[in-house]
Amino acid sequence: MENFTPLSAAIGGALIGLAAALLMLSTGRIAGISGIFGGLIGWNVPDRDWRTAFIVGLILAPLSGTLVGYALAEPQMPASWTVIVIAGLLVGFGTRLGGGCTSGHGICGVARLSPRSLAATVIFVGVAMVVVAVMRHGLGG
Amino acid sequence: MLVLAGLICGFVFGWGLLISGMTQPAKVLAFLDVLGAWDPSLLVVMASALAVGSAGYAFARPRTPMFATRNLWPDKTTIDAPLVIGATLFGIGWGLSGLCPGPAIENLATLSPRIVVFVAAMALGMAAHDAWQRRRVATGPSTLAAKADG
Repeated sequence: MENFTPLSAAIGGALIGLAAALLMLSTGRIAGISGIFGGLIGWNVPDRDWRTAFIVGLILAPLSGTLVGYALAEPQMPASWTVIVIAGLLVGFGTRLGGGCTSGHGICGVARLSPRSLAATVIFVGVAMVVVAVMRHGLGG
Repeated sequence: MLVLAGLICGFVFGWGLLISGMTQPAKVLAFLDVLGAWDPSLLVVMASALAVGSAGYAFARPRTPMFATRNLWPDKTTIDAPLVIGATLFGIGWGLSGLCPGPAIENLATLSPRIVVFVAAMALGMAAHDAWQRRRVATGPSTLAAKADG
């Protein structure tokens, strides 16, 4: 557990919860990123302006972070372009079909004590853990 | 005002992901890797977000939002097949990459070609789902509901 960073995790998590609460208080919307971003795809979408603004704010955060010492480092990604494309397709299709992602179900939905969101969160965390276990440690564990 | 609220909330959310380290796929994968050098940070992020989020929601739920006529509080409660299958597919993609939609979009700021391709594939996956669902709705009664939870 040498990489465990509980303090920054708690502070960052509190900000995420604060953002979700503020969005509900101000706009009455759920802060689910797949829903906000997915709602921008297509023509004639409602709520285009605030959705776009949310996404812009999300991207501005790490840019402003560079002013106070957070490096804008290139994230570590799978070496294979095929894996990147397949993973992206699965995340996009799966979050739309399931009605939410880590934020919409995992944080907003669980905070609302929604049984659907609790179930979705248990499933996607569990499945992702199995995928990582198989990829890193082989089928036999 | 909706736009300003969206911008500020997106910005605060982005700072939360940045400070907690959740913009780094390697850190997310270290949480998912229960058989390896397990890093429970993501669990703390969720617990902290839930503590603040539930308090905020408890306050916000009975109130009319500042810049809207009412709350759009999701009302579905049944755990149906689309939810289970969707969460499973998302879990596979998340485990393969260490990226969920928030950090993926936030990382567009790095202009990393791999992130750009991932987000493009993600958008394509969403568009494919929506097109498929529109066809189902057009051709007959559908078990899929159009309204998302989040």
